[in-house]
Amino acid sequence: MTFKSLADFHLDVLKEVGNIGAGHAATALSTMLDKPVDMQVPQVKLVPFEEISESVGGAEKVVTAIFLRVEGETPSNMFFILSMESARHLLKRLAGLECGDKEEFSEMELSALNEIGNILAGSYLTSLADFTHLNMYPTVPSLAVDMAGAILSYGLLQFGEMGDQALFIDTKFLQNGDEVEGHFFLIPDPESFDRIFAALGVAAE
Amino acid sequence: MIERTLIKVGMADLNVTAAAGILKTTGLGSCVGLILYDPFVKVAGMAHVMLPSSEIAKEGKLNHAKYADTAIPMLIRRMEELGAAVSRMESKMAGGAQMFAFTSAAGDAMRIGPRNVESCKVMLEQYQIPLKGEDTGGNYGRTIEFDSATGILLISSVQQGSKEM
Repeated sequence: MTFKSLADFHLDVLKEVGNIGAGHAATALSTMLDKPVDMQVPQVKLVPFEEISESVGGAEKVVTAIFLRVEGETPSNMFFILSMESARHLLKRLAGLECGDKEEFSEMELSALNEIGNILAGSYLTSLADFTHLNMYPTVPSLAVDMAGAILSYGLLQFGEMGDQALFIDTKFLQNGDEVEGHFFLIPDPESFDRIFAALGVAAE
Repeated sequence: MIERTLIKVGMADLNVTAAAGILKTTGLGSCVGLILYDPFVKVAGMAHVMLPSSEIAKEGKLNHAKYADTAIPMLIRRMEELGAAVSRMESKMAGGAQMFAFTSAAGDAMRIGPRNVESCKVMLEQYQIPLKGEDTGGNYGRTIEFDSATGILLISSVQQGSKEM
């Protein structure tokens, strides 16, 4: 399928996918923090590779990212991205780890972040799998603290084989203004979109 | 003072310059930033290679800059148009990292970084272009800037700081 021919209701379906997944993840986070967490309307974007990191601050912005490869009926790439300040804040609130302003995280802190990412991404995917009745098997999460461009380009490899643009679902959530700001990126492989549409009762074309 | 223009090279993109300028590409993860340089005429070119081989391409109109096996011939051609000669060219490359560690079967596709580096080297050998410097592998991202007046490549990363090559 060509993504340029997607109708508005296709995009709405994908937004709903983001809503359900990130909604559950935001609830999980809210429960862990015992604080309200706000979620923004998901953005479904078809953008040139170059622009994929724009919503998190540009290709060179340093971020904490947890990455899971999703296998099963709808192979996808999933990223949970936090700004450095948000990552520190979450560590303090959830794990009681004070890490000051230093650039690098200790092994303990990395492990805690990985687990937080695992819980939230797992919650996103579980709710989505329940809703669509599609099998989704996330791999063990992997964490990186690096430039957003270098990290997100990993999620574009499957798109790279068929064009210079990627279609993805970006959902942003905020806690207490902008004390914690995070993004969920779900980047289904190009061939997964048809299956998502079919599972939700929407004809692909 | 010599005026230096900054020429940005996007992902899956390439660019060349015959004037004194800085070729720059940001956020190299598994991608490889490949530089070809003819020091005699000071013509430089940079490609941001994303995938090792165009054989797997499913796209209708091939983006030559994206694949190692098509980007290097295209870069050479563009540089020759500016007066460079392939016999004088030398190369440098950076990137090809493995940002995330995986143990499962999914890991295979994720080992794209080392495969990109390998594929670039095969192409350089084919054109008999010497590799003058290399900063590849690892698990961190890089931003690179190449100065076409001096032939120096500046590599910066979050974890490892900056270095010149």
